[in-house]
Amino acid sequence: MSAILNVSLVGVGGQGILLAGEILCRVALLSGKDVKKSEVHGMAQRGGSVVGQVRIGERVHSPLIATGASDFLVAFEKVEALRFAHELKPGGVAVVNDQEIRPITVTTGQSVWPADLDGKLRAAFPRLDLIPALGIATGLGNVRVVNLVMIGALSRHLEVGETVWREAIAALVPAKVREINLKAFEAGQSALVAGKP
Amino acid sequence: MANVGESRKVLSGNEAIAHAAYVGGVEVASAYPGTPSTEILENVAKFPEIYCEWAVNEKVGMEVAIGASFAGARCLTAMKHVGLNVALDPLMTFAYIGANGGMVVVSADDPGMHSSQNEQDNRNIARFGKMPLLEPSDSQDCYDMVRAALDLSEEFEVPVLVRTTTRVSHSSGVVDLGPIERRPHGDRRYKKDITRNIPVPMFARGMRARLEDKLRRLAEHAERSPFQRIERGDGVGIVTSGIGYAYAREAFPDASILKLGMTHPLPERIVREFASTVERLYVVEEGDAFLEEQLLALGIRVETPRASLRIGELSPDRLADLAAEIAGREPRTRPAPMPGLPARPPVLCPGCSHRGVFHALHRLRALVTGDIGCYSLGAFAPLDAMDTIVCMGASVTNAHGLEKAGQPGRIAAVIGDSTFFHSGITGLLNMVYNRSRGTVVVLDNHTTAMTGHQQHPGTGKTLMGDETAETRIEDVARGLGVRRVRVVDPYDLEATYEALKEELDSPEPSVIVCRRPCILGARAKVENRYEIGPDKCTGCGVCLRLGCPAMEKTEEVAEATGKDKVRINEVLCVGCGLCVQVCRLDAVHEKVRP
Repeated sequence: MSAILNVSLVGVGGQGILLAGEILCRVALLSGKDVKKSEVHGMAQRGGSVVGQVRIGERVHSPLIATGASDFLVAFEKVEALRFAHELKPGGVAVVNDQEIRPITVTTGQSVWPADLDGKLRAAFPRLDLIPALGIATGLGNVRVVNLVMIGALSRHLEVGETVWREAIAALVPAKVREINLKAFEAGQSALVAGKP
Repeated sequence: MANVGESRKVLSGNEAIAHAAYVGGVEVASAYPGTPSTEILENVAKFPEIYCEWAVNEKVGMEVAIGASFAGARCLTAMKHVGLNVALDPLMTFAYIGANGGMVVVSADDPGMHSSQNEQDNRNIARFGKMPLLEPSDSQDCYDMVRAALDLSEEFEVPVLVRTTTRVSHSSGVVDLGPIERRPHGDRRYKKDITRNIPVPMFARGMRARLEDKLRRLAEHAERSPFQRIERGDGVGIVTSGIGYAYAREAFPDASILKLGMTHPLPERIVREFASTVERLYVVEEGDAFLEEQLLALGIRVETPRASLRIGELSPDRLADLAAEIAGREPRTRPAPMPGLPARPPVLCPGCSHRGVFHALHRLRALVTGDIGCYSLGAFAPLDAMDTIVCMGASVTNAHGLEKAGQPGRIAAVIGDSTFFHSGITGLLNMVYNRSRGTVVVLDNHTTAMTGHQQHPGTGKTLMGDETAETRIEDVARGLGVRRVRVVDPYDLEATYEALKEELDSPEPSVIVCRRPCILGARAKVENRYEIGPDKCTGCGVCLRLGCPAMEKTEEVAEATGKDKVRINEVLCVGCGLCVQVCRLDAVHEKVRP
């Protein structure tokens, strides 16, 4: 059943995870594939953890991915990467944004922010791409394009043509921010991965 | 014409329902927002050919749709599962009267309670109310079934219930839309006929008998419905519906599956025939044993899985466990979540206008009856200022009941603006009439925030974008006979505290409107940025009791107290200034700009 590509997208509400999922769906549609995407709205969005799942294949029924069956875990925040580490299948790739967002439970002192997050990430994910997406987006002049940097970083692992990615992105972002989103995508494609040559 | 053009699109279930409404010729759509149904009307609004509106509540939305059906127009109303409780009164009787223009009622249920207070299975309402029921499994089904439901409703002259669940409404998939041509208005017109439209007992008895006859004919239709599909496989048979099909098809690639799209009335012959061809039969459905009990009533033998599927959401994991059990294998062990990570619960946003009110209520040690909205989050630490929640509008009436039962101490009802218009008004009128001493605190952020910022009667805008009357809550309260009515700015902590204290201690009913727009809608207006002078902060933690995500403990320890000092996260801070007001040491001050 590995003919289906399973991608879990995780992070914190407001990071642009839903758009990232829509881009993957569009890529699937343009590639003539079947696709299912799942996300949760409402109460779950008020600054809490956000999870989106995208499944691409010849025929996809379930919008949800079984635990431990994701080929890719695209995490927009480090602790969220660890929180959903069990979603990744053995040999799967974690693409993680090198960003930390402390939840209210930590800022108010109810719980402790874990030490040595990078070490924990390397231990949890034998195949880890740690991407300085926030830094790249800030450098481009718009912190909101972190999601496109992450999609760019993910795209290196997928066999999808450059024009398909660009067409999908152009179709889904407003015209006035199209250029910066495409630039962010390219920056993600060529981003240096921390700890790798 | 918005959003139409390509015939193959990736759509959510809710978007697909809106497209079906357009193609199916719906002329009137009315609904109150509620997760996971909200996007249906938001997407219907993208088709200017359809008159659509945010109703004040679900009962109103249902009755507006019924009015359109009387007129011969096709119509749709949509709501979350608990919304159908509110709308049940007109629906139950309209089933007797019967549709003229085709009428679809979408109930979006929320198994697993992602954003709801219960997980009731509204398929039961189709049996209870004697209506046909369709259960889409994905977005394509949503598109196909809602169009078919409109036809079915006119053919049999009944309202048709379409039940989605969260994963059907909010999941997206490829939909083949076919030719996107809007059905023109048919030949149905308003027909005056009191024997059919006025259910006084002498006529209602006839309606009751006709409805049973319709159900018998609908049962025949269910046997021919294109939405009943058998996929032949090996000896294990699975009867399934809704999202259950999606999981079962992948977990049981070799099983025989009967996918039922129309589940009430049940297609008895199809089910019996299917059951006779399989060795062991299981039912996979999300929610109650709706299908299973009907199968058992037919005398069909249904196997009971060791791990019940009744409570919560179905999932690929639960179906994989069932597959293992049936095959006599041990279930696959799954990796467990990493322990010890800090939780990231939802929280009131930085600058949320509700925060100051809860801070004041906490100080007053009031018993707070709560309601449905973002402000449910006021129940949690450190705000810790809500005691009960039941349903939309219950804050007002629960407070009144507590008072009449002699509950000592201060009691405050807290309700949002949209919820107040939805069902707070009747409760407030009851308080006035029945000599209450209670205080209703309306958190007026000028929007329906929780479901994603929908308009309501207090915003001055309609769903279709037109300007309209802007009803003021204080005017409503005065009109109902409340004499003590005041408006405060919840960013002004002292004024909010004083107003609450005074009204909670007053001997007659009172309304306090705490007015400040939702910060998510007003984000552009962020101006002041504050910082904490580390030399003055002693780490006392008073500001942390605001529960503001922008206030952070640092690792710098204050010498005098040995506690961690606090800083303001400048990315998150929107400058509401509450922390300035609670700090007793004047440690928070406006930033000096370079």
